[in-house]
Amino acid sequence: MTAAGRTDRTLDNRRSTVNRLSAEDVTLAYDQRVIAEQLSVEIPDSSFTVIVGPNACGKSTLLRALSRMLKPTQGRVLLDGQVIQSMPAKKVARTLGLLPQSSIAPDGITVGDLVGRGRYPHQGLLRQWSTEDERVVQESMAQTGVVELADRYVDELSGGQRQRVWIAMALAQQTPLLLLDEPTTYLDIQHQIDVLDLCAELHEEQGRTLVAVLHDLNHAARYATHLIALKGGSVIAEGAPSDIVTAELVEEVFGLRCQVIDDPETGTPLVVPAARKARAVVGEAS
Amino acid sequence: MKTNRAERSPRANRAVRTPGGLSVRLDVRALVVVLLLLAAALAASVVLIGTGDFPISAGDVLKTLMGGGNAGQEFIVNELRLPRVLVGLLVGASLGLGGALFQAVSRNPLGSPDILGLGQGATAGALTVIVVFSGSAGDITVGALVGGLGAGLAIYLLAWKQGVHGYRLVLVGIGVSAILTAVNGYLLTKSTITEAAQAVVWMTGSLSGRDWEQVWPLLWLCAVLVPLVLCNARALRMMEMGDDVSNALGVRVERTRALLMVAAVLLTASATAAAGPVGFVALTAPQLARRLTRSPGPNLLPSLCMGAALLVMADLLSQKVFGADQMPVGVVTGVLGGVYLLWLLVTERKAGRI
Repeated sequence: MTAAGRTDRTLDNRRSTVNRLSAEDVTLAYDQRVIAEQLSVEIPDSSFTVIVGPNACGKSTLLRALSRMLKPTQGRVLLDGQVIQSMPAKKVARTLGLLPQSSIAPDGITVGDLVGRGRYPHQGLLRQWSTEDERVVQESMAQTGVVELADRYVDELSGGQRQRVWIAMALAQQTPLLLLDEPTTYLDIQHQIDVLDLCAELHEEQGRTLVAVLHDLNHAARYATHLIALKGGSVIAEGAPSDIVTAELVEEVFGLRCQVIDDPETGTPLVVPAARKARAVVGEAS
Repeated sequence: MKTNRAERSPRANRAVRTPGGLSVRLDVRALVVVLLLLAAALAASVVLIGTGDFPISAGDVLKTLMGGGNAGQEFIVNELRLPRVLVGLLVGASLGLGGALFQAVSRNPLGSPDILGLGQGATAGALTVIVVFSGSAGDITVGALVGGLGAGLAIYLLAWKQGVHGYRLVLVGIGVSAILTAVNGYLLTKSTITEAAQAVVWMTGSLSGRDWEQVWPLLWLCAVLVPLVLCNARALRMMEMGDDVSNALGVRVERTRALLMVAAVLLTASATAAAGPVGFVALTAPQLARRLTRSPGPNLLPSLCMGAALLVMADLLSQKVFGADQMPVGVVTGVLGGVYLLWLLVTERKAGRI
């Protein structure tokens, strides 16, 4: 009974017009504080979907709901046609992985050991460490370029290296869907691009469906194949970045006057905020 | 004690696999630590059985345990000293395991039953029985058990909001502990001088006069809870990485945490009911075990063995230094544990964590 084989079969059987992951009319709230109401989102299969929006627009909350960290007070999140909360925990964990915003590396854990923990949903009491586990861990570390760090302690690594290690752990989970909550936060620009390149690679070469919350609109426009713009808990626009990113949309969602030009490197939309003086004039006029 | 990064070596993890696809992961160093601690605990037990007003050599103790001693030795070993040592081993093991569970769930070395007020809860239960109901020794045990479980439940309910989080659990525990200390003080002032003397002996935590009556319930409880807890050890390892990561990996975090907390409270409360609040074993055993295994993770089995070894050795120390039944074992563990706690607080402070 190899779990990996089962996941692949499910993937083939369910290939249909219906996307694997979606939220239907969900109301999301922490205690009494409602973040989003009647929100519906489809994650296109094999897409690199990026969710953007201003602070407190509910983008991380939506990601938490999609990864069943947060139970909607109304509506439902569907994974492969089933309500995600009703599915066995380990089964979900073999289909959908999540890299949360902040993760705690246990004291004194090595990189290899941490990445190995990603194999948990494929293991059992009497199947604790198979040759398959070992192979997948090696492969995940190779993909993220952390093989030579395997025996190092996680707490000695730089922020960029550490994020690669956490991504390797999520990869070792071997899920066809991978959700990342602000994977580039706290990294310098070089490591941000590094992580995003890695994500693009995972998406293009392995056909994984990726969903990420990103702060930087230009990064989102460059890397996403599908963009969801959220504001105040509602979807304002969604689609390919080159179709939806316009100066009007940016102003509507972020309240920022800007120009949208073609990225000289990739041809994707590039948002250039208007100069301070130009914005001040508009502010007085309106 | 401080582990130097340079001398920490990569972990030797080995997997034992069968052709049928079953595999078990072995941490070689942890296994060696467990075996050494078991050996130390058993050796100390044999010496402890031989120690007292009628000294018996280790060889004779072993012979008697195998059924080859004379009538006098049989009586002293099997009826008087063996049950006492067994209670010590079981209490130590329960406290070590309970402490490791609490610390792992709260992700904080201070999240131990000693700090959280479980001991004070048990004491309040025992004192109520002694002072208010003038109960027998058996009644005191029941009272302590009820008190310990009650304190555990109170802490659990008060600290329970979207999961138990480290420092909230510790702070709520300190609060509960302070209230219960006041209650205990009140009960003591209401007691007669004989009751007070009886209470103080109980409150120090002692193994003297423990017999088979205390052994059996503890043994059964451990026989049920220890395998149950160990089966959940892998999930607990995942929970070290935070609720989100462990949820994402398919751990049923809330359920596992509730189960393990109940087990930990039962273990600590019944150990306290059997021997009184023996201080600091639950706090120190998991930390010492972790330093020996140098392994991340909750180190459940090494903590259990460390607890047993610590308690028996502390009892041995008190008997050798102060004479038979002169000094309750709780005093020795309290002194050793207090020094350890101070050291822990100082190093945590240096590391900037508190």
